[in-house]
Amino acid sequence: MSKTILIDPVTRIEGHSKITITLDDQGSVANARFHVTQFRGFERFCVGRPFEEMPSLTARTCGICPVSHLVASAKAGDMLLAVDIPPAAKLLRRVLNTAQMIQSHALSFFYLSSPDLVLGMDADPKERHILGLAAKHEAVARNGILLRQFGQQLIEDLAGKRIHPAWVVPGGVSRPMTHEQRAKVLEKIPAMLDIARQTLAAYQDWAVKFADEIQYLGQHPSLYMGLVTDDEGLEHYDGHLRIIDADGTVLEPSIPALDYARVIAEQVEPDSYLKSPFYQPRGYPGGMYRVGPLARINIAKKAGTPIADEAFTVFRQLNPQGPVDGTFHYHHARLIEIIFGLEKMKEWFEDPLCVDTRVRAVAAPNNPVGVGISEAPRGTLLHHYEIDGNGLITKVNMIIATGHNNLAMNTGILQAAKQFVRGDKIPEGALNRVEAVIRCFDPCLSCSTHAYGQMPLKIELRAADGTVLDDVMR
Amino acid sequence: MNSATNAKVITLTIDDRSVGAREDQTILQIARENNIHIPTLCFLEGLTPAGACRLCLVEIVGTNRVLPACTTYATEGMVVRTTSPALEAHRRTIIELLFAEGNHVCAVCVSNGNCELQDLATELGVSHITLPYLNPVRPVDASHPRFTLDHNRCVLCARCVRVCDEVEGAHTWDIMGRGVEARIIADLNQPWGEAASCTSCGKCVQVCPTGALVEKGKAVAEMRKRHALPKLITRQQEHGS
Repeated sequence: MSKTILIDPVTRIEGHSKITITLDDQGSVANARFHVTQFRGFERFCVGRPFEEMPSLTARTCGICPVSHLVASAKAGDMLLAVDIPPAAKLLRRVLNTAQMIQSHALSFFYLSSPDLVLGMDADPKERHILGLAAKHEAVARNGILLRQFGQQLIEDLAGKRIHPAWVVPGGVSRPMTHEQRAKVLEKIPAMLDIARQTLAAYQDWAVKFADEIQYLGQHPSLYMGLVTDDEGLEHYDGHLRIIDADGTVLEPSIPALDYARVIAEQVEPDSYLKSPFYQPRGYPGGMYRVGPLARINIAKKAGTPIADEAFTVFRQLNPQGPVDGTFHYHHARLIEIIFGLEKMKEWFEDPLCVDTRVRAVAAPNNPVGVGISEAPRGTLLHHYEIDGNGLITKVNMIIATGHNNLAMNTGILQAAKQFVRGDKIPEGALNRVEAVIRCFDPCLSCSTHAYGQMPLKIELRAADGTVLDDVMR
Repeated sequence: MNSATNAKVITLTIDDRSVGAREDQTILQIARENNIHIPTLCFLEGLTPAGACRLCLVEIVGTNRVLPACTTYATEGMVVRTTSPALEAHRRTIIELLFAEGNHVCAVCVSNGNCELQDLATELGVSHITLPYLNPVRPVDASHPRFTLDHNRCVLCARCVRVCDEVEGAHTWDIMGRGVEARIIADLNQPWGEAASCTSCGKCVQVCPTGALVEKGKAVAEMRKRHALPKLITRQQEHGS
């Protein structure tokens, strides 16, 4: 008799979801599905609002990475105004976006995933969390807190508050940076870089113990999408939106923002509030692609800063023939991006442009459509707005990083379930490995569905006739 | 009114303090002269008092009902109480009603941090709205090239109606409909941008206590208003005449 295992809720992720694993009559895994169980509705309730409010409205999509939404939304607003924003404004938006990237990556790596990485996938769930980690490996937990604090404090200093600041506006930013703020950040960067480098070195030691997980937690070919600079370096704010295939061949060198719908289509599945975007020319589900740190590093030819470039080269040696396709390597990629972000931060803060006072372009709405694309910590973020002649919103479409990864998350959990889950009683550690696939992506589910409700993750083991045999819920 | 000279001088008691005043002064004017705080919303110095919002209600010994301080004139020997548990409950209920009746989402409002409704809620300790929200569907009029009228945030204080009529002399604004259906309208219910009488002076925007009337192009929390405008203009007019 076939069975279904339910993991509900999935834990140590951002948002609410569950996983169902269906077993066949022989007790082997037949299917695994990732369901996002929350719904929100930003695309509807923003209609009718003045477009100037959109950065602050859509920032409420998320409390972890509101800055990402501010940036993508303000870029869409720039297009509605038809302005090229002042160079200092662009630089300051990059600073804020990177501060967000650093704090969010630190949250994902240290708070959510390092309990698995340091204490082990089979460690007692009662201790397998950030506090359990702090009890046994205080320095690791402390480093995570310090890195996150650096990013969050920078956001507060520059933009007024850590969560949902209103500083990023269509046309630029609302206030310039002060000399004091500049000095304060420059002073902190070396210590943060030390932490990031130490962590990368430590991670490479920890990763040796996870050969099975690297192989089975979502190691599969897919396309990749992300931004790159003109000279093919890492990019998080602007640049070319590129798609490569599983061999690294460039399919779309530079997708114009207004043209995204030609390339990306969104599939709706009946069992999840999260849509499944796919690369249109390859169809559904063959057009599966991944975004985020792994995708960005696979697409770029280099990082673009000295220390991150060294780490980049080591990373790409994991598969010298083409893109690194193990989902587990998202953790590694995230650490490289933290280093890259800190090095860029130093570069920007040493540039006198960062305290230039011309930071906002003022205009009336001049275009009926605006599309803003930037890189959020979890991947490419896209905001698409249309306005009437008075500047009131008539249409909103938001494609969030976690959505892009939906097909790959489903592929990953199926692979992990087939490898680690057998029979009708499942060891907790096996289910934790299925959850760990999801954690690699660091999904933000409340963002991706624009949703409301309660958080966590649940795994269900279900028979072929639908009977629930076992479930794990936290 | 301060310039009137023939009015009789009287003595009254406000909150156990004996104060001197003229009989052509309202309780609110006398209280303010004596640094006695009474919360107000629709009242704005320089405009005719409307007595519409009822936040300035006070108790007067010898009468069995509460009266608005902004439109009630003082009399000899009057004993006024500006605060009591009952008055505070009335005022909190008024603020709750205003929040429940419109769509006031401070966090994403252009007037966040610079809003009189928000300030009053803070002052009166309205931390939660216990009444059910109506969540009305109300439009935004962005037809004017420089300003926006967001009915969701309008508390019908009618400051815009009065300043436009009394100071600017255009009388573009009026109120149409009754009860929760009441709306600010431009001319005979035209889109603001098409209102022939509007001079685009922006006084209505500057006196609006909330984010209902705002300048275009302002992002969240960026709208700051000049509420002293009517007072300055009317004083200047009095001085000139």
